[in-house]
Amino acid sequence: MLTDTHTGLDFPQGTWWKPAHKSEKVWVAIAFVWCMVLFAMMPLWHWKGGQNPSGIRRTTTPADFMARVTEFTNQYKVGEDRGLPIVAPPPGADVYLVAYSFQWSPILKLQKNVEYTLHLSSLDVNHGFSLYPINVNFQVVPGYDYGLRVTPNAAGDFRIICNEFCGIGHHIMVGRVMVDDAPSVASLGGVR
Amino acid sequence: MSAATAPLAPIETAVFRTCPATGRRIDLSAERLVKVHAVSSVVSLLVGAVAAVLLVLTRWQAVHLLPAEWFYRILGVHGMSMLIFFIIFFEMAVLIFASTALLNARQVATKTAWAAFALMLAGALVVEWMMWSGNADVLFTSYVPLRADPKFYLGVILFAVGALVTVGLFFANLVYAKREQRYQGSLPLVVYGAVTAAIIAVITLVHGAAIYIPTYLWSLGLMEVDPQIYRLIWWGLGHSSQQINVAAMVAIWYMLGALTVGSVVLNEKISRSAFVLYVLFISMASAHHLLVDPGMGPAWKIVNTSYFMYMAVLASMIHGFTVPAGMELGMRLRGFTQGMFDWLRRAPWGDPGFSALIFSVVVFGFVGGITGVTIGTEQINIIVHNTLRVPGHFHATVVSGTAMAFMGATYYLIPLIFRKKVAFWPLAKIQPYLFAGGMLIFTLSMTFAGSFGVPRRHWDISFSGAPFDVQFNPIVDVVLAVVALGGLLAATGAFAFIAIAVASVFFGEPLGTIPKGVVVAGIPQGLTQPPVHAADVDTRSRALHDASRGLMGPTPGTIALVFVFLAAFVLYFFVNWKVLSFLWRIG
Ligand SMILES: [Cu+2]
Repeated sequence: MLTDTHTGLDFPQGTWWKPAHKSEKVWVAIAFVWCMVLFAMMPLWHWKGGQNPSGIRRTTTPADFMARVTEFTNQYKVGEDRGLPIVAPPPGADVYLVAYSFQWSPILKLQKNVEYTLHLSSLDVNHGFSLYPINVNFQVVPGYDYGLRVTPNAAGDFRIICNEFCGIGHHIMVGRVMVDDAPSVASLGGVR
Repeated sequence: MSAATAPLAPIETAVFRTCPATGRRIDLSAERLVKVHAVSSVVSLLVGAVAAVLLVLTRWQAVHLLPAEWFYRILGVHGMSMLIFFIIFFEMAVLIFASTALLNARQVATKTAWAAFALMLAGALVVEWMMWSGNADVLFTSYVPLRADPKFYLGVILFAVGALVTVGLFFANLVYAKREQRYQGSLPLVVYGAVTAAIIAVITLVHGAAIYIPTYLWSLGLMEVDPQIYRLIWWGLGHSSQQINVAAMVAIWYMLGALTVGSVVLNEKISRSAFVLYVLFISMASAHHLLVDPGMGPAWKIVNTSYFMYMAVLASMIHGFTVPAGMELGMRLRGFTQGMFDWLRRAPWGDPGFSALIFSVVVFGFVGGITGVTIGTEQINIIVHNTLRVPGHFHATVVSGTAMAFMGATYYLIPLIFRKKVAFWPLAKIQPYLFAGGMLIFTLSMTFAGSFGVPRRHWDISFSGAPFDVQFNPIVDVVLAVVALGGLLAATGAFAFIAIAVASVFFGEPLGTIPKGVVVAGIPQGLTQPPVHAADVDTRSRALHDASRGLMGPTPGTIALVFVFLAAFVLYFFVNWKVLSFLWRIG
């Protein structure tokens, strides 16, 4: 004996395609509207907001990318720390940062409120770019050059933590980014 | 619950038995298949849970148990054992159960079914062997070009092929059940949900084949695999497989609701349409794993994670209403009609099937759902990607939601399929509270730690030996200790579940019949005192649906609860945009 009301274990008989109660329709409508709000926020932020992971995307090879990193490093090198070059590119420059197990190179010296195009790629496996302490995260994939337009909004001494497992030394893979208030030496020198 | 349509013909008694509790026909060979899949599932859970304890004790910085190499190795073991072996073995048991016992039907091609099980088992063993022996330290996602032993990829392929065959047999069972007229009317909603899970499983496993076969060849040095293409197709497997879980979990919600409180289906049209939305839209939503990847442009990311993902979110929001509303209406139709929440207060909280159901719905919805949708937003993902917020989210969905639902279902499967009493009954009654409580602490504190930028899959956040120091906010140490305590509490709940399941199945007290109307320790209340609606159920239902009751309709309590949910959702979502807007400009 099956009544009009039945559980999810029963076999519905006859036509079960019946109109829903108003309360159920209202919830479906509200849920739908909310999903549209969720949807609208993504294009809206591209238009009105300032944080979008779009960037310039190209394929590359580890050798080509490393050549660009070396060229960039030699051009704007201003010092060294722990064997890694410190590089101070001029405002608006294309900035190259390479990841490989288990290091980020070079150390970057940037200026506050200046836009740079930060190119990220890997020489070996996947790595994760995580800027500490402001918590900005990007995937670094070998064979791909990810060119992000970044504008630091605060001065400070930042770290880049690798947050994609890349092998046994994953947890010591830390890089460094310095952001200065004052214009850096290289830009005053007017290289480029 | 409706009984079998006709008495067993003499020739069928060798194939079927009649369940004393429900009057359903149960195919004996299907029953054996359900048993082996369920046991394999629980053994995988044991391996994964032991790994979990080692992991939380390592991430608890004050204890820091494992050396780095073993931490990453055990993390891989934990991921594969839990997300793949525990969950998929159990889902196969659910599919076999749904397509036979719930339809009064038989299992077709039993030999093939056993061969498929053997493939899955062999694949799982090979993968475990590779991981434990240190030949596959590539973690769960095994991103190319980080290389594991070829046998690791081969093991995954064997497991997937076995699962694909079992899913194929599920569809065959449905066809034969219809052809042999094992039931009248349409498929029950629970089975319909299982069909949804099976369709998504096919989509998922095809993605798995599309990526693991080339990766296997790559590991042998026979071809190249692009790392970005790998990530794209891998997530077609990796995320869609979580969608099998969601569909299976929702089907179990409807089943446990019916068994424990006599949940009714408010409207078949709406619940079934929501399942269709899962099938149509959820696989594209895998794109949200690539939101901060270099390979795809913003248009691609927006299309795949907005229209497509949000239509699946809509489906979950619908089930998130219809499941509790069905429980509320079911209780009201049994006479618990006072006020908004009397039905909830008078529900069988001592029945582990019921408490597991409630916690599964609540933690999945409030923590898993809200965090998941938020971190699946293209821009917000910038502050989430690969931080502890990610495992914080999926432990709320897969572990607190799916695994909890599976545990609740197991308390009913033990008497129904294994015909045993549930062992350690007092422990069983509190097990869902232990597990869900621990998981709630674990997931919330993990999400919180991730907001500070603490990376996932990371052995040592003190960064000793790194070229530059990283000084996390001191609160992070406290939060990670809370993560560990929550994890240990949840693991205690998991071990309690395993002990109960193993003791019941192998050493439990055999069950001749299930006596009705009396409370028996070791048999869930939904079986001894099955929920019975009032005799004039249709009249009462019509009265509750009457237009004079206004917008709150037949289920005022649920309406109130879903609006609390919506408010939490809106708040959390916009707080995240606010946090995002403080960052560097990025474009
Ligand atoms: Cu790395």
